[in-house]
Amino acid sequence: MMSKKKQVLVACGAGIATSTVVNGAIEEMAKENNLSLDLVQIKIAEVGGYVETADLLVTTAMTKKEYPFPVINARSFLTGIGVEDTKKQILEELKK
Amino acid sequence: MQLQLRKYTQSLKTIRTIEQLRQGVQGMSTIYFDESIILLDVEAKTREDVLHVMGGNLAKKGLVKMSFIDAIIARETEFATGLPTTGVSVAIPHTDVEHVNQKTISVAVLKDTVEFGVMGDPDETTPVKIVFMLAMDQAHDQLALLQRLMKVFQNAAALNYLANEKSKTNIKNLLAEKLDFALEGGE
Repeated sequence: MMSKKKQVLVACGAGIATSTVVNGAIEEMAKENNLSLDLVQIKIAEVGGYVETADLLVTTAMTKKEYPFPVINARSFLTGIGVEDTKKQILEELKK
Repeated sequence: MQLQLRKYTQSLKTIRTIEQLRQGVQGMSTIYFDESIILLDVEAKTREDVLHVMGGNLAKKGLVKMSFIDAIIARETEFATGLPTTGVSVAIPHTDVEHVNQKTISVAVLKDTVEFGVMGDPDETTPVKIVFMLAMDQAHDQLALLQRLMKVFQNAAALNYLANEKSKTNIKNLLAEKLDFALEGGE
């Protein structure tokens, strides 16, 4: 049972270009799957401020930093290559 | 007197509506796009060279501030933007909005490919043929535009056309159609 909305961070280097696209894709995906999400679009440098609250980080700016939540590479949303796998990965995390 | 005032307010309102309509086409601000920001046969050895040439051209035209050039090079070094596609590899260098005067997308087709880091995979590079330099002036209002750009990246035939086309006007027209923006600043 989902007691609270999952907080999903969508981050890129600048918080402008790629995260905007990824954010849109996840919004659409959430709608299709009837998931209510707390989507937060940020710069990768701001992730630190969300370590207490976030459930998942989806990013085009993968870092080697360790976080207490899973990190999923979002590049496929931009190139279309492997996008179904990425969506599946995200959905699996959100349904946990 | 009152009638005049009412007429005046009315026309002001009309002006505002037209302005809103115009802006509505492309979010909050209009995009600058013409042949002068399309560069062909760009000879460069490194990605810094490419960013210098493209950024310098935008700065010369006043579309971005001089600070844009260093900022975009620093950003590319920290967060690579190379994207392998099913066609030729592309890159989408961009940086913070404060360096931008007017929203634009500059396109450079490189004479020979230049290695760019792969987005999200800092240890890998990809041989980039076409660079789309995004100068965005608002953080979140260009979703539709960016989505259409990503669609172009998923269209190998369109990318190959862009990589080989010798006419800037043809490239401009193709992108204007694919990205669906009303042409601004072409006059």
